[in-house]
Amino acid sequence: MRARIWGCRGSLATPGADTVRYGGNTSCVEVRLASGHVLVLDAGTGMRPLGVAMQADLPAKLHLMLTHLHLDHLQGLGFFRPLFAPDLEIAVWGPTSPVQRLEERIAKYLSPPLFPVHLDDIPARLSFHDAPETAITIGSATVRAAKVTHQGPTVAYRIEEDGQVLVYLPDHEPSISSDLSAVPADWISGYDIARGADVLLHDAQYGDHEYGAHVGWGHSSITDTMVFAAKAEVARLLLFHHDPYHDDDELDDLLVEARRLWAGPPECVQLAAEGMTIVLEAGEVRVSGGA
Amino acid sequence: MDEDHAMSADTPEPPARSLPLILAREFAANLATPMFLIDANGAMVFYNDAAGLLLGKPFGELGEIPMEEFGAVLELGLPTGEHLRRRDSPAGIAFFEQRPAHATVVATAFDGSRRTFEATAYPLFASAGDMHGVISVFWEEAGSPGAP
Repeated sequence: MRARIWGCRGSLATPGADTVRYGGNTSCVEVRLASGHVLVLDAGTGMRPLGVAMQADLPAKLHLMLTHLHLDHLQGLGFFRPLFAPDLEIAVWGPTSPVQRLEERIAKYLSPPLFPVHLDDIPARLSFHDAPETAITIGSATVRAAKVTHQGPTVAYRIEEDGQVLVYLPDHEPSISSDLSAVPADWISGYDIARGADVLLHDAQYGDHEYGAHVGWGHSSITDTMVFAAKAEVARLLLFHHDPYHDDDELDDLLVEARRLWAGPPECVQLAAEGMTIVLEAGEVRVSGGA
Repeated sequence: MDEDHAMSADTPEPPARSLPLILAREFAANLATPMFLIDANGAMVFYNDAAGLLLGKPFGELGEIPMEEFGAVLELGLPTGEHLRRRDSPAGIAFFEQRPAHATVVATAFDGSRRTFEATAYPLFASAGDMHGVISVFWEEAGSPGAP
C-alpha cells in the first residue's frame, strides 16, 4: 500500500510561513491499496488539495474512514471536489454513537447554516457505516477499527495488506492519569489495534511541559506517545496531529526529544509532514518527501 | 519459520481489552472507593488498592480470576448466615441479568476475617445489547469488624 499525508496538523488549520515545512492542513491521509482501492483517512482540511489531485483520475468508489467528528477531521469534506461528482460512490465509515446515526451527526456540519449545501443534496452517492470493529476486507487489505480514548466516540484504524500493517491513531490520550510505563500493555487504550504495526501515525500534540495544562483534552504528551509506541512494539513511528501553536522549529525540538526517548534507530521516528509518502511493499517500508 | 515467528508463537497474545473496560480500570485505579471489574467473559480482571485493603490481598498478588474459579477464592454469604450463590450477588445479577443490583453481603476476606459490605454492581454497555463487563462498588458496613 502507498499512503500520502495531505494534512497532519491538529485542532485547527494553521497556514503560514512558520508552518510551511510540516504543513498547516488538518488530518487527511490517502491510502492506495495494491488492488487499486482508495481509502481516505479523515476529512480534515487536507482533503481539499487531495480532491484537486484526485479529480484527474477519479476512482469509481472510495472509502472515507473517519476517526471521529471533531471539525479538524471533518471540515475538508465539503470542499472535497469529488463530492460533487454524481458518479462517485463514497462509503463513509465512522465511530458509533449510542444516540445518533453517523449520517445525522455529519449532517450537523454539512447543512445550513454551517455549510450551504445539505448532506442530502450532495451529488456523490454516499453510504454510511459503523467503523468495523471486526476486520473487513477492502480490496487487497483487511481493515479494522477500535475505539480509543479521546473526547467523544473515536476510533483508530488498522490497515493490513500482504502482511504489512499501517495504523492510524491521530487523536489519542492513552493515559489520563497513570504512568503509562507502569500500566500492563493490554490495559492501554489503542494497544491492541497498534500492536506490531510497521508504521504507526500517532498523536504527539504536546511536549511534556505543556501536557500538564491539557490533561483530559484527549491528546498525548511526547513521553506517552513514545511509551505507547514502544509498548505496542511498532517498527516506525510518525508523530502526527501537530499542535497549532507549534511552529516548524518547535516541532524539530519535539522530534529531538522523541528520538531521545526511543530505544530503536532514530530514523524510525519522524514528524509527519504534508506531502510525505509512505510505501509498504514487499516487506519494506519507505518514507519520503515532506519536510 | 524464522526466529521472530518462533518467538511470537511461544509468547501468548494478551487479550484484547475493550475501551469501556480500560476506562473503568483507570477510573477504579484512581478511586479510594473499593471497586472491582468483571469482563464480558465473567472473569474478575481487576480490583483497586482500596478493595485490596478490604479483601486482604492486593490485586497484584492474586491476578485475574476466571469466572469458574471465583467462588473458590472469595466466599460470599448473607447477613442471615446463608450462603450467597455467585449469580445472586450484585455482581452476578449485573452480569447474568444485565441490570444494576444492590445487596448487603458478608465476605470472607483472604486473611480469613468476615466482613459485611454494601455492594452495588452495574453492567457496562457500550451500545444497546453490547455488554463489556460489570463494575462493582462496595464499602464496609459501619460496625463490621475492621470498619472505620
